[in-house]
Amino acid sequence: MTTEKSENKERIGVYVCHCGSNIAGIVDVQDVAEWAGRDLAERGVVVSRDYKFMCSSLGQELIEKDIQEEGLTRVVVAACSPHLHEATFRTACSRAGLNPYLCELVSIREQVSWVHTDKEAATEKSKAVLSGGVERVIHHEPLEPLHVPIHPATLVVGGGISGIQAALEIADAGFPVYMVEREPSIGGHMAQFDKTFPTLDCSACILTPKMVSVGNHPNINLFTWSEVEKVDGYVGNFTVTIRKKARYIKTELCTGCGICQEKCPKKLIDDVYEAGLGYRKAVYTPFPQAVPKYPVIDRENCTFFQKGTCKVCQKFCPTDAIDFEQEDELITVQVGNIILATGFDLFDPRKVSQYGYGRLANVFSSLEFERLTNAAGPTNGNIVLRDGVTTPRAVGIIHCVGSRDRNFNNYCSVICCMQSLKFAHLVHERTGATVYNFYIDMRTAYKEYDEFYQRILEEGTLFVRGKVAEVTGAARSPGEEGRLIIQVEDTLAGKQRRIPVDMVILSAALQPRYDAKEVAHKFGISCSANGWYIEKHPKLDPVATMTEGIFIAGCVQGPKDIPTSVSQGAAAAARILGRIQQKEIALEPVRASVDQDKCSGCRICNSMCPFNAIIFHEDRMVTEVNPALCQGCGTCIAACPAGAISGTGFSDQQILAQIEGLLMVNFEHARVAELG
Amino acid sequence: MSANGKPKFAMYWAASCGGCEIAVLNIGEKILDFDANFEVVFWPVAMDAKYKDVEAMPDQSILLTLWNGGIRNKENEEIAHLLRRKSQILVAFGSCATEGCIPGLANFSSTEEIFHAAYDSISSENPEKLRPQYRTQMPEGEISIPEFYPTLRTLDQVVKVDYYMPGCPPESHQIASVIDLVIQVLQGKATLPPAGSVIGAGISTVCDDCPRQRNVKLVKKFTRIQALQNPDPTLCLLEQGVPCNGPATRQGCGALCPQAGAQCIGCYGPAEGVIDYGARLISAFASVIDSTDPDEIEAILDGIPDPAGQFYRFNLAGSLLRAGMKSWSR
Ligand SMILES: Cc1cc2nc3c(=O)[nH]c(=O)nc-3n(C[C@H](O)[C@H](O)[C@H](O)COP(=O)(O)OP(=O)(O)OC[C@H]3O[C@@H](n4cnc5c(N)ncnc54)[C@H](O)[C@@H]3O)c2cc1C
Ligand code: SF4
Ligand code: SF4
Ligand code: SF4
Ligand code: SF4
Repeated sequence: MTTEKSENKERIGVYVCHCGSNIAGIVDVQDVAEWAGRDLAERGVVVSRDYKFMCSSLGQELIEKDIQEEGLTRVVVAACSPHLHEATFRTACSRAGLNPYLCELVSIREQVSWVHTDKEAATEKSKAVLSGGVERVIHHEPLEPLHVPIHPATLVVGGGISGIQAALEIADAGFPVYMVEREPSIGGHMAQFDKTFPTLDCSACILTPKMVSVGNHPNINLFTWSEVEKVDGYVGNFTVTIRKKARYIKTELCTGCGICQEKCPKKLIDDVYEAGLGYRKAVYTPFPQAVPKYPVIDRENCTFFQKGTCKVCQKFCPTDAIDFEQEDELITVQVGNIILATGFDLFDPRKVSQYGYGRLANVFSSLEFERLTNAAGPTNGNIVLRDGVTTPRAVGIIHCVGSRDRNFNNYCSVICCMQSLKFAHLVHERTGATVYNFYIDMRTAYKEYDEFYQRILEEGTLFVRGKVAEVTGAARSPGEEGRLIIQVEDTLAGKQRRIPVDMVILSAALQPRYDAKEVAHKFGISCSANGWYIEKHPKLDPVATMTEGIFIAGCVQGPKDIPTSVSQGAAAAARILGRIQQKEIALEPVRASVDQDKCSGCRICNSMCPFNAIIFHEDRMVTEVNPALCQGCGTCIAACPAGAISGTGFSDQQILAQIEGLLMVNFEHARVAELG
Repeated sequence: MSANGKPKFAMYWAASCGGCEIAVLNIGEKILDFDANFEVVFWPVAMDAKYKDVEAMPDQSILLTLWNGGIRNKENEEIAHLLRRKSQILVAFGSCATEGCIPGLANFSSTEEIFHAAYDSISSENPEKLRPQYRTQMPEGEISIPEFYPTLRTLDQVVKVDYYMPGCPPESHQIASVIDLVIQVLQGKATLPPAGSVIGAGISTVCDDCPRQRNVKLVKKFTRIQALQNPDPTLCLLEQGVPCNGPATRQGCGALCPQAGAQCIGCYGPAEGVIDYGARLISAFASVIDSTDPDEIEAILDGIPDPAGQFYRFNLAGSLLRAGMKSWSR
């Protein structure tokens, strides 16, 4: 019950890194290394060195040489965060024949030099951190990574441009893909646009060939009008249950002729594809180039399903493809990896009530405007007011609606400036109207983007720098009568302005899907408080997640444009292809395990695991952890009141020894201070 | 071995209630076996003896000493060292000796507060407000009483302990089986467990012996058992919102309390290998709270009005922190 300092027979090597001046600028690294060699000798430190860049080949060779010549049995490197270089030093140990898990990396950069300014204190703290690492490493045990086979199939969830790109990359490489899309057709938001910035190429022209490839690809199994119901298993071996919603169309008979849609008497507003600006029927394909070509019957709005009579579509269908008896199907597939590419939702501009969206007829959302300009849209591409005929003489485009605004979203939605410039160009080109863009800052980073801005400036669009206070129909002068007035502080001119226009377009924020958190939970990954999915590393691993085998691509990770979405789709595919080709994956052996003799079956831990790794055996009343699913997060270990669960690499003994090591140094200091 | 050839036995009480002694006497006819096999050389509760008699014994001459009670004052400490010297096997017997138990809860208070409660509070009859003095001059010379320490310590915080026997008090059947084991060891039929082991108890927890049905736990409210409307006699108490300490408490009692319809309060101490009972239990309870809303969580936690009593009733002195801040200030 008392914790006595354990006997130590290990031969420990200590390496203190300068990291150029990153560490050495604040920490007296030489002093730390000398101190460890002298004062920690009784704890088993037989070699202690400092070196300019431990992660360089020369630094690594230093460790390897000492392992071989000095017979080191443990290695402690005091350098940067384990996130960065743990793998580097472990591999170095391995090369020299030492089990890689007998190496401990302690951070004196992120946790010391980068957060302190007092040299002396930082040096002392480095010693404490190092001493903790030395005490800890004594208790390390050699571990072997877990190897699991990788199933060659991949699941792609979401058929927007990022999902499409990912699916095609994998399928073209010769491996099977299941794509699950919630809507009747793939395409995502890009299918709604007419032109894309900065090149103004026609969105459909560049998107539909890819959609068609997905639809026809022998390696892609496409499930539209479908959702993932359940995910079991773990990296390499997921079992996914897909709910294929009833289409009420026999796809093997349907030719996609469209007669049912033409004849269906039930017309309703299309809130999804047409952004509420146009209509569709109860039986519909969202747009003519839809992939697949088969329509769906929207049960909630179909007269037959709601009232019991109609069946007009059935009467007219030339191939007898309508089937009102169809039911949802549950399909189970095996996959090795999963890509989530579920994209974004548009911020509802009604929330910024002072801009009048939903109240003032001629205030449009950005997606509505996309449909207005689309040649296949409700107005055949004519930019007209809500009455459907009047061409505006003046148009105001407001940036950052719901973005960079503490009341809504703090973040920048990335694409809105470029999208607003695109709108300005289209209005100008098609109507000759005067265009005002109201912006806070103009953000046109990336290739050809600022050039596009220059072009719009040259076209004569008027730019007002300032946050719009209000859009109102209340005129104050005869000139304002019957128009929309934009009240704004022009911060460059330094005055308040009222600008009358006929049409206002709100460049609304991109926000996470309304069900993002639910979907994240289903797949066992984490999302940030606002709902964007979190990547494994913001710079170095942007498409992986903390859950092995689950990748993210496109706007699901945060707002971004099409080129970046495509790059992420391809990147996620590349990561997965690498794994498929390896045929198996080595997993970190940091796992929880339950001592079945200690486990009382209290079941406190049973609902804890974010990765669903915990199994309860009702017959024996004991809990078990599935090592392939467990990610070693430690949640259950902390929850178990019986102390029956332990984590490899994070045993109580290791952690307490580390704490003792940390405190040892401080105690000595306290004593020195006491003695004066 | 003594003159009659029987190995010597001692039992001592320090800061404790005496329940442990009664539990030993409560082992029934086993006490006859015990008598047949041991010579009792020192047991203040049961027979007259003087400290100087013990001092006179050769070192290591007592085979087995059961020590109950925590180390509260100088006398306790001195006798602990004395019996350690004289004994081959020293057992921390019962909750006070192993982890501090109820007397250890005084570690939340300063010495002054403890003296106030003992000598000046409304439950004491002390009109002259007398306080004990460590030294008093009498005509015959100076007399003294043992010094009171600022905190209560467990036996192993003072001397090396060979075995631990938890329980408040240890269950009689567990005592009987330990005595049986020692007798068998003496007869060469068994070997002693490794030094430092916990004996007379299991390695799992009370839940392991509890017959109540249990499910995945989602707690929306903590409540006193008395306040429970229609308690379900077959369902886990914790699932009914009663803060049962069974999941964290070492197995050994046979889940007596939950079977009698009361929550486990934790007298058998932490399970094998657990360093801080209270911390374990706090994180376990926190884990089963079924809410993510901070205000609601706060309200659920209000159902545990005395966290120190709930989580550290028996083990404060033996916990990682050992005592509250106040007790350190002399
Ligand atoms: C008004 C506007 C104009 C824009 N203009 C441009 C431009 O000109 N140029 C440019 O580069 N970028 C532009 N963008 C940005 C562009 O829309 C995005 O970069 C791109 O659409 C992101 O693609 P994605 O595949 O990540 O997401 P999405 O396009 O949102 O696709 C996600 C897909 O996943 C499906 N899905 C969602 N949830 C589920 C689920 N649970 N299960 C199954 N399927 C699901 C959806 O139905 C959808 O098909 C614009 C954005 C807006 C709002
Ligand atoms: S049954 Fe009638 S309402 Fe329903 S999809 Fe067919 S035509 Fe339309
Ligand atoms: S440590 Fe426990 S909670 Fe965490 S992943 Fe493993 S089994 Fe699940
Ligand atoms: S919390 Fe611990 S004792 Fe309880 S079921 Fe889980 S592993 Fe077993
Ligand atoms: S009632 Fe108490 S001892 Fe019994 S299973 Fe529930 S928590 Fe465990």
